[in-house]
Formats: sequence, structure tokens, C-alpha cells
Amino acid sequence: MIDVIKALLTVSALASGIRLATPYLYAAIGETYGQRSGVLNLGVEGVMLMGAFTSFWAVNRFTPEGATTYEPTALLIGVLVALAVGFVMGLATAFINVTLQAEQGISGIGIYLFGLGMSDLLFQRLFQGVETVNGFPKIYIPGLSDIPVVGELLFRQNLLVYIAFALVPITWFVMNKTTLGLKIRAVGQNPEAADTMGISVVKVRYFTVTLGSMLAAVAGASLSIAEHNVYFYNMTAGMGFIAVALVYFGSWRARGVMFGALLFSLVTAIQLRASTLGIGIPDEYLRMTPYLLTIIALVFASQRIDQPAALTKPFERGE
Amino acid sequence: MTESSTLLPTGQRRIDHLEMRGIVKRFPGVLAADHVDFDVKAGEVHALLGENGAGKSTLMKILYGLYAPNEGEIYINGKKVEIHSPADAIANGIGMVHQHFMLVPTLTVAENVALGLKSSREPMLDLDVVSERIVTLAERYGLQVDPSAPVWQLAVGERQRVEIIKALYRGAALLILDEPTAVLTPQEVDDLFGTLRQMLDEGHGIIFISHKLHEVLAISNRITVLRDGRRVGTIPAEGATKPQLARMMVGREVILQYEKVDMPHGEALLRLEGVHAHSDRGTEALRGVTLEVRAGEILGLAGVSGNGQRELAEAIFGLRPITAGKVFLDGREITGKSPALLNKLGMSYIPEERMVDAVVKDFTVAENLMLQDHVNPPYAVGKIFLNPRAIAQHCAEMIRSFNIRTPSQETPIKSLSGGNIQKLVLARELAREPRVLIAAQPTRGVDIGATEYIHQRLLEQRAKGTATLLISEDLDEILALSDRIAVIYEGEIVGVVDRADADVETLGLMMAGAKRQGEQVAEAV
Repeated sequence: MIDVIKALLTVSALASGIRLATPYLYAAIGETYGQRSGVLNLGVEGVMLMGAFTSFWAVNRFTPEGATTYEPTALLIGVLVALAVGFVMGLATAFINVTLQAEQGISGIGIYLFGLGMSDLLFQRLFQGVETVNGFPKIYIPGLSDIPVVGELLFRQNLLVYIAFALVPITWFVMNKTTLGLKIRAVGQNPEAADTMGISVVKVRYFTVTLGSMLAAVAGASLSIAEHNVYFYNMTAGMGFIAVALVYFGSWRARGVMFGALLFSLVTAIQLRASTLGIGIPDEYLRMTPYLLTIIALVFASQRIDQPAALTKPFERGE
Repeated sequence: MTESSTLLPTGQRRIDHLEMRGIVKRFPGVLAADHVDFDVKAGEVHALLGENGAGKSTLMKILYGLYAPNEGEIYINGKKVEIHSPADAIANGIGMVHQHFMLVPTLTVAENVALGLKSSREPMLDLDVVSERIVTLAERYGLQVDPSAPVWQLAVGERQRVEIIKALYRGAALLILDEPTAVLTPQEVDDLFGTLRQMLDEGHGIIFISHKLHEVLAISNRITVLRDGRRVGTIPAEGATKPQLARMMVGREVILQYEKVDMPHGEALLRLEGVHAHSDRGTEALRGVTLEVRAGEILGLAGVSGNGQRELAEAIFGLRPITAGKVFLDGREITGKSPALLNKLGMSYIPEERMVDAVVKDFTVAENLMLQDHVNPPYAVGKIFLNPRAIAQHCAEMIRSFNIRTPSQETPIKSLSGGNIQKLVLARELAREPRVLIAAQPTRGVDIGATEYIHQRLLEQRAKGTATLLISEDLDEILALSDRIAVIYEGEIVGVVDRADADVETLGLMMAGAKRQGEQVAEAV
């Protein structure tokens, strides 16, 4: 038993666990902005898929034929394309949820299905068979990356991983120390009060939903042009939905969301390692663990003290 | 007049004269404001008086930019202004304290005040600067608050002070107060009036919305009465009398005092022994409530909103778990029994949230009248099939005897007025001839005419020997109807006094948590 645990908890497994937290972090922190302002976007998964595909396409298209190493311009374009796609899908989401005041639990499923279908359609149209790209390389932070264990875990990751973790303190700062964050929190808790103080509830919600969608698209890109460097059908496999759950799990706080993301990604990393080692448990059961964990975590994280009071409630001045 | 003389001491420009001319506001099917003229000058309180639905709040929401009027113009110091949003109103020096406070409970006082304002360190918050100014304003106007306290921890009176500070902080030269005294103890009302007088001396203008005649008479310079969206008249407060104002509001003579028949002291029909219960948040809402209500008696339960009144009513009626203690109905223990059983045993309940807890909004008048009895014969044949004829007959009888104004039995209840909905609830609950009646805020949001009717009905019930627990935040109502008055504060009964010995000041102190002196002495001995 000890041997099995030792074999599973290798430094490289843990390092990949931290790397795997990246898509969760982008998506869940983006979702945090939206939910803090009172909008639940269940379409994260669809936006992730679109971000994953379009960035993959862009990097593939702008990398010179036969290049053996990564191409910074192509990678930059890939991220920008994902951001643009996220921006457009975010505006559409905000229009549906904020302006048209759709039922948020339902409209998000529509956005998901759109992203799922559209990304696959484009993939089949634009690519013949499996292709790969040269994605984001690992950046070794000078000095720090040489520290035993810690160096490999934290300081030999790609740029998108570093940015994802940087978003955690940035988000905390924005939410708690800026006038924008105060507006976001007020709009999510009591939009009527914010309105009477001259704040545009609609503008704030358009902003948070669009920002969240852009981050979700980058979450997708982090899979297709930094982690796997390929694109395949439904490659997010429910990560976008888990990200929504992580926001609840993390009590609408960036730090809580980060711990949740790490928990899930570490479980996934260990599960992947267990699959390759073949420890006697059928692979199907192992692959179930992140999803099972989502359900268990949500049952126990049902303390919703900080839940935005106006979450999923559309706002309209004067009933 | 020089430029400096038109500034208030706090630096903002004075509103010497604000005028609303010919304001018209139509809602689907209702004319909420019908060519209303209204004006207020610097240094005066102009009260806006009227029944619920008379158009007071509508008019003020137009002035604050929350509603767009269909017709009419607004002038400030003789110049026409356009107010399309609260931001426009604030920019024009208008502040409003809403009846339902517009605060974010999870934020601190300073954060609530800073909300939506430009910070001195954009894009960063400058809560330290904001807090300092709050303290200065608080001292100047007697509005003590702690800038760093989260709003959810504050008592209602403190929240109101935060609202006033919010408006002053934004440079309000004119302050609109929508029913500001409804949630305050009499002493807090005095404090509020002190603050308002300080503002008047400095040249602020104040619009005071209320339906409490004595308060309007105490604070106002002029009074405008609205009825059904129209202005009935504007009169100086000096020389105005309560009956005169009531007549203007209702359009007919109103009884302000009731005659009560003497009832012998009956036995205790409802008895509570050390009842404990939690609030929705999980905090202790009731901390050992012991009470008894006797046959033929109305026991008034007074208290400031949120001191456990709602939880108490729900705990008695089986809607909220009782964590400790016992409840007895005519000697039989009923702790934790279901509402259905309590109905059967002769208890009726009029909940405070009429539209949420008492009726089903989308049901018809008849369906709402039959909510409990539809399973009983003769209204249900064999307890299964509804008997439309018996139901229609019974409903017609209730509608007639309780004077419910409805086009038909099949009218959806949500299209009735608040007063008529409440009469319907009363009809349903009293038709069963209850022995014990829990009436929570029975006349809240109900017009004077219906209030008078409901009060008469409660007194009739008393004469029939019903034991009534009347829970109300309206001290006037408590004083008008009760035989004895219990005061609740933070989930405990502070004391019980006979109506004959009760005066507003003592009750006010008790509502703020002070034990009665006599009892303190008794405890000391």
C-alpha cells in the first residue's frame, strides 16, 4: 500500500497536477466575476471548447511550415484569438442573460451546446485528421527552478500557468480594494441598492460576464496550445462545469477557488498516473474520481454564507 | 443674493425651490399620478400624506429618477431639469431614504457609502477617507454609526442613519424620506426629528412621506394630501387637525378611536413556556418566550421589526421548529404540531407576509378562500372530488359578510388591492370561528378604510371570546386594540403591561430593551 502511494505521489505527478489546475483556474476565476455580480454562466464549457479550438487553429495557421520549435508570434495570436472569441461569446451571453433576462440555468446549456457543436464543426472543416502544434514552452525561473522539489513543482511551468496563478491575488485585489470590485459585489448582493446609488447594474454585469467568458476561452486555449498541444472533440470533458462548481466550492473567493482547482487537478493527475501504472483498479473507475469528487465536494461545501443574494436573478428597475 | 449664500455649510448648492408640475404616471390599468403639482422650499418639511396606493411613493420615485413620468416637468430654482436616473437626481442634489433600505448587508457602512462614488485614489478604494468624512457628518447631524461595521450587524435605526449619511455624503440638498418612522421606536423618532431639524436650520429641504398623522403634524411646515393619484390639497401644518387630515386622505369621516366592550378575564387559551427557536440564519431568534393569552383578550405584542416577532408567530403555528420550550392550546400541548392539526384544534393564523405566506398569488379569490377547507365536506365529496356548488356558495357568503371588493370569485387575487386581500385572509381565518387567533401585522400596507374594518372585526372576535395574539410594529394599533401589551426585544419578552398602565414613552423604552423599573426592583429584591 505504501509503495503504491509512493509510486503515485511522485514529484512529476504533483507538478502535472499543478499544471492541470490551469484551465480550472481561468474558467472558475472568470466565473467568479460573473457570479459575484449575480450572473450564473453555465455556458463556460462551450466557451472553453471554442477558445481551445480557435487558439489551436490560429497557432497552427501562423506557425511556419515545418517549424520544430514554438513560434512566439503564433502563440500570441492564438491567445488573442481566444480572447476575441471569448469576448464575442461573452457579449452574447450577457445579452441573453442581462438584457433579455433569460433563465440563467437554461440559457447556459444553450451556450454550451453551441460551443460543443461549433468547435467540432469548425475542426472537421478546417483540419484533416490529427495535427499538433508547438505550444507554450516551459519557462525555468532562474534560480528558483533549481530548488529541489519546489523548483520542479512551481517554477518550471509554462507562461499560462504562471498567469493563471497570478490571477488569484489580482482578483482578490480587484474585488476588495478597488471601486470596480465594490460595484461588482454590490450589484451581486443588492442590485436595487446599487441602482439607487447611480450604478448601472447592466453595465457592471456586461463587464463581468464578458470578462469571465474571455477567461474561459483562455482556459480552453491553455489545454490546446499549452498542455496537450493537440485539439480533439470535446477535449474539455466537463471541466467547464466543474469550474462552475468550484466557484460554489470556493465560496465566491479567488483563494477558495484556487484550493478547489488544485484539489481537483491533483486528483486528476494522480488518477492519470494510476491509470498508467495499472494498480489493479479498472481505468473507468479511476476516471470517474474528479466527477465523483465534484458531487461530494458540493454536498459538503453547502455553506453558502457568501453567496451573492441576487445570483441568477435578473434586474429590472421598478417592478 | 451672492453665490456663497446659496451654498449649504456642507458645501453643496442649496435647492431654494423645487417644483414638480403636472406630473402624470400611468401603469397598466392604473393612473398612479394624475397631474400632480408639488413643491418644496429650502428650510421646510413638506409632508406627503396619503393611503397606500395614493401615489406618494410613485411621485417620489419619479423625482429620484426611478420612474419616468408620462407627463410633467421638474424645476429646480426656476430652471427645468431632466431626471432620468438616480445618478441624475444625485447630481441635482436630491437624496432619498427608501422605505425598504437600499443597503448591501454584506458590505460595511463605509463601503455602502462609497458605493458608486469616485474615489480620491481611482481605481483603488479610499475607505479611510470615506470613513473620516462619515464620522464628521455623523457628529454634525447626530447620526452615530461605526463606519467599519458590516451593515447586517446593525439595528434598523442604525441602518436608517446610514441611509441618511449616504444621501448627505452625496451632497443632498433635498432629502426625501419614505415612511422613515415605520421601523423606529418612539425615542428613535425623536432622534430622527432632531437630525432633520439640524438639516432644516442649515437650509436643506425635506420631503416627508408618512401615513402617521401625529408625526406629520409634529415635524411638517406644509402638508400635501394625495388620494388615488390626485392631489386633494396642500395645507399649512399649523392649525391642521388629525380628523381633518384623515378625512382628506380617505374622503369621509374616519373613526380614530374604538369602543371596546368589557370582557371578563377568561382562562388562558394560548400558553407559551420558555419557547426557543432559531432564525433563518441559524441564530437564536427566540430566547425563552413565556406568554399567555386569555379568552376574550387581545394581547398586543409590540417591538421593533426583527426582534423575533415573525419567528414567534411561525413557531406557535408549527411553521418553525421549536428548539426548547412548550406551547399549549387550551391546556393541550401543541409544541411542533402541524398547521393542519392546529387549524382543526381551533387556531387561526394571519401571517405578516400576505402575498407570500397567506395567499397563492396566481389563484382566484375562490381558490384562495378554500385553501384549507377544500378537502373537507361539503366542499369535497368523499374528500376527493371538489363540489363547485358548495364552494361557490360558501365563498359568496364570505365575500359578502367581509365586504371583499372583487369583480367575481374567479378574479385572480393579485389584481385585488392590499386591503381587500387582507379582508379575504381574515374572512378565511375567521370563518372557522377560531378560539385562538395569531394576527401578525394584520393591517400593514392596508388603507385606512380597510384597517378600520379589520380592527372592528378583531374586536368582534374578542367579544366572542377568542384569544388573540396581535403582533404589530405599529404602536398606535397595539394601543388601540390591546387589553394587555407585551414587548419583545431580541427574542425575549421585556415585560407585559396592562393597556390602562401603558404609555408611549415607557413602551418605547421597553422596545429598546429597557426592563420596566418595577420589575428591576422586583428582581433586585
